[in-house]
Amino acid sequence: MDFVTRGFRGRRRETDEGGRVPPGQYVTDDFPVLSAGPTPHTPPADWSFSVVAESGEALARWSWDEFRALPSETLTVDIHCVTKWSKLDTTWEGVPVDTLLADLDAEAGYVTAFCDGGYTTNLPLEDVTGGRAWVAFAYDGEPLEPEHGGPARLLVPHLYFWKSAKWVRGLRLMDEDAPGFWEELGYHLYGDPWREQRYWGD
Amino acid sequence: MAGAAVLGRLAWRLGEVVELVPETPRVATIVLAVPDWPGHRAGQHVDVRLTAADGYQAQRSYSIASAPEDDRVALTVERLEDGEVSPFLTDELRPGDRFELRGPIGGYFVWEPGDGPLALVAGGSGIVPLMAMLRHRETAGSLEAATLLYSARSLEEVVYREELERLVGSDGGPEVVYTLTRSRPPGWTGYGRRIDRGLLAEVLADADPAGTAFVCGPTRFVEVAAEALVSLGREPARVKTERFGPTGG
Repeated sequence: MDFVTRGFRGRRRETDEGGRVPPGQYVTDDFPVLSAGPTPHTPPADWSFSVVAESGEALARWSWDEFRALPSETLTVDIHCVTKWSKLDTTWEGVPVDTLLADLDAEAGYVTAFCDGGYTTNLPLEDVTGGRAWVAFAYDGEPLEPEHGGPARLLVPHLYFWKSAKWVRGLRLMDEDAPGFWEELGYHLYGDPWREQRYWGD
Repeated sequence: MAGAAVLGRLAWRLGEVVELVPETPRVATIVLAVPDWPGHRAGQHVDVRLTAADGYQAQRSYSIASAPEDDRVALTVERLEDGEVSPFLTDELRPGDRFELRGPIGGYFVWEPGDGPLALVAGGSGIVPLMAMLRHRETAGSLEAATLLYSARSLEEVVYREELERLVGSDGGPEVVYTLTRSRPPGWTGYGRRIDRGLLAEVLADADPAGTAFVCGPTRFVEVAAEALVSLGREPARVKTERFGPTGG
């Protein structure tokens, strides 16, 4: 149902974004912050990144220094938040998730990212492999600010940004898809911005 | 969320404006009649979708201000000077106009009677979802303690001021403390600075730290308040935040 609201004209962007803005989104130049609770501040000495089996068995673990010694990539991508803003041409540096899973015999179909502060989010394994996801530690050439997820956050730019979990500390390999924090609370299990999968049933 | 059957798609519903309430020079409340509204919990929000005659659409999210007991849905909107949607909502809408909305959305930043004492910290129009909680608390007759610390630029920019005063004066009403960060009326004896740890410690000195704190405001405000609350001994899991940037509109 599309309904015309009397008197509303709106403001189309003068620049042509070339089809880069998904439906229902608007472009912002700011970098808004959305989190459910206080920002954790984990010092590098206490930070590690783990890949764990569904049983909880640790399969791989990197300290901050070990993680930062891994080969990283710099990438420029568009990001889309379920709260409607999109930000174009954001530049990040991070370690490809492919690298973190490379030596593992990953037969799982899904992963659950877990984070400082207790946040979790679920993703199909194929959405975090094949060059589509990173564990990012720098934004715009600077260390990632805590309020934006530093020291490191997941970066999965092809899905709504709540999937790019802030303060990420590891990935749990899962046989089946299990809803994470927001996914339990009414947000879409997958979250494709191009199909406008914001909430349950979208 | 909502405990109701919301596994189906959240449907777009056509709301009709039944009342417009100017709250401050920059803030207005839009009261809507929404057919088949499924109900909401205090603290939740909705998505609003406006459609222009040529089919162009814009969507935004707004917090619900009304209590769940209210059969009308009230949204309180701050006009952002450069905004695309908020100036239309605050300045152009008239009773009888209609627009689409869907919701309610969000199941974390919510409070129900029985959830325990409330510590509410509002920055500017961040008061809106917190007001839904205070309204719910009053309508439900909850006796759980509630303290609101409300930071506004000036007394004129305090949204819901008369209603807050009435709530404070009622039996079992909440405690409400203002801090006015830019200008203060002559003789003002209250706080006059941006929130900081010391201010929160004073205002919440008697509040039960086992209760839940809800913080809503601009990003910087929320960062400061949430960090201070944790440093004052509150469990991070009991400090719930909602933030908005100076964006969009």
